[in-house]
Amino acid sequence: MFYIKDFFIPLFQHAERESMMTQTPIIQLKNLNKTFGTGQDAVVALDDINLSIYPGEIFGIIGLSGAGKSTLVRCMNLLERPTAGNVIFDGTDITNLSDRELRSIRRSIGMIFQSFNLLMQRTALENICFPLEIAGVPKKEAKKRARELLATVGLAEKEKAYPSQLSGGQKQRVAIARALATNPKVILCDEATSALDPTTTQSILALLKELNQKLGVTIIIITHEMKVIEQICNRVAIIDKSHIEEIGAVEDVFRHPKTLAAKKLIFPNGDFSEELTGKGKLLRLVFDGNTDRPIIANMVLKCGAPVSIVFANTKKIDEKIFGHMIIQLPDNEEKVKQILAYLDMEQITYEEESKDVQ
Amino acid sequence: MFSEDMFSLMGTGLLESLYMTVLSTAMAYFFGLPIGILLVVTDKDGIRPNPAVNRIVGSIVNLLRSVPFIILLVAVMPITRFIAGTTIGSTATIVPLVIGAAPFVARLVESSVKEVDRGVIEASLSMGASTLEVILKVMIPEAKPSLIVGAAIATTTILSYSAMSGFVGGGGLGTIAINYGYYRSRTDIMLVMVAILILIVQVFQEIGNVIARKCDKRIR
Repeated sequence: MFYIKDFFIPLFQHAERESMMTQTPIIQLKNLNKTFGTGQDAVVALDDINLSIYPGEIFGIIGLSGAGKSTLVRCMNLLERPTAGNVIFDGTDITNLSDRELRSIRRSIGMIFQSFNLLMQRTALENICFPLEIAGVPKKEAKKRARELLATVGLAEKEKAYPSQLSGGQKQRVAIARALATNPKVILCDEATSALDPTTTQSILALLKELNQKLGVTIIIITHEMKVIEQICNRVAIIDKSHIEEIGAVEDVFRHPKTLAAKKLIFPNGDFSEELTGKGKLLRLVFDGNTDRPIIANMVLKCGAPVSIVFANTKKIDEKIFGHMIIQLPDNEEKVKQILAYLDMEQITYEEESKDVQ
Repeated sequence: MFSEDMFSLMGTGLLESLYMTVLSTAMAYFFGLPIGILLVVTDKDGIRPNPAVNRIVGSIVNLLRSVPFIILLVAVMPITRFIAGTTIGSTATIVPLVIGAAPFVARLVESSVKEVDRGVIEASLSMGASTLEVILKVMIPEAKPSLIVGAAIATTTILSYSAMSGFVGGGGLGTIAINYGYYRSRTDIMLVMVAILILIVQVFQEIGNVIARKCDKRIR
């Protein structure tokens, strides 16, 4: 049998997740607010954000551009000062620290960026040495550690290469090695794969996951791509219009998105504002490779009823169709019965999709 | 052609010009480099925004930059006399040259350092770098090629300033050009002086460009 959740890698076992929740958070945001500008020009970027991220998690924060996610991640290491609220890192409220104390905390929080942000005038090795220099590690030791890290990210032979001689994926690997240099507890990834092609994105995400498992480093990923969340995150927060709309395990949020913002992200092409006011029921069809016939077209012809496809994500593998689709049924009991009968006959798994939106 | 004396005069003039130019450039950078960096750092988008400091320093720089050098040369004579003990000769000329060139250098440095990618600075802050570390380990090294090109421009500008000082007895090639080429109408000497000045500018500019290209790791 086929289950929807198989689409989204079941990343976390329930027992594991529960034990995690009893731990103290590595990063906790309390009533965080950030407003840019003052008076009439004031723009609220973050509004009352509360978030707990636990050690060892891969936590995703997803939102469309302008939702405030970049500001949110910059508040976690105070590159951006929140207007109000607290940032608690590993039990310490870092919002009230002196400059010097904050700088030493920042060494425990690595960060990687969309545009890599490597020092262009330094080699790969020297780039990785940079955070160690700042931390006061002796040169020889720093070089040794940097070499190990280059090997970890699979670029041992590139130590003398300058960033301009590296590909995007290689630059991000150097940036990851640099972020790991000071043995951070957390790595913040700000759209780290958005400038990369799909294949490279896969390999960078795989590397991040491997590091998370091997080193136990907590990873926080900011992205606008659902695929990134699906691939490696355990939990996800959905941010929209400066608010956190929904937080939960990735599979739960994907299976039962509760808010409009979540639905929009999960089914990016569905026009929910209109579709959901329609009277017809929403039906989720699951194709698990047991058919090679054009189900929807046949169904429409056979039942003489139009359906509208709200969302579809199907793939043809070996001439069999895999994937799922959400269709809206006509507002007519008789036709619905016919359609369901047809689907039963074709052995297509379906479930009624709730239309509840907030 | 020229007499033996004339040649030795030109030789001395050349050395004086180079002495004034090189020393003034070095001193202009001694003052101008920190000022330029201060302007970047205290800018509203800088790593230590400070509108008051930024505006005051910016205004002083603009003020000095808006006085034509030939006027500045005469206007600062009391300061020159106070520092150098005289207002004549190449050593004395270094004083107005530095006063005139430092603000120019500050603006050149400012524009070079501003070219450094904001993201790289943010990344170094995220690693726990202090303001001083960002300046010394990120801003200056990353802006190095641009700073070197700027230094070549500054050097050639200071050379032309130094020649201007010939009018008030500043020494160097400028003084020879004025005293012989202009007051004694020796067109041949004037032409030779101009040729030498052109040559020096070319050499300085080319050296700057070559070093900048050599040390820039961005283009390969």
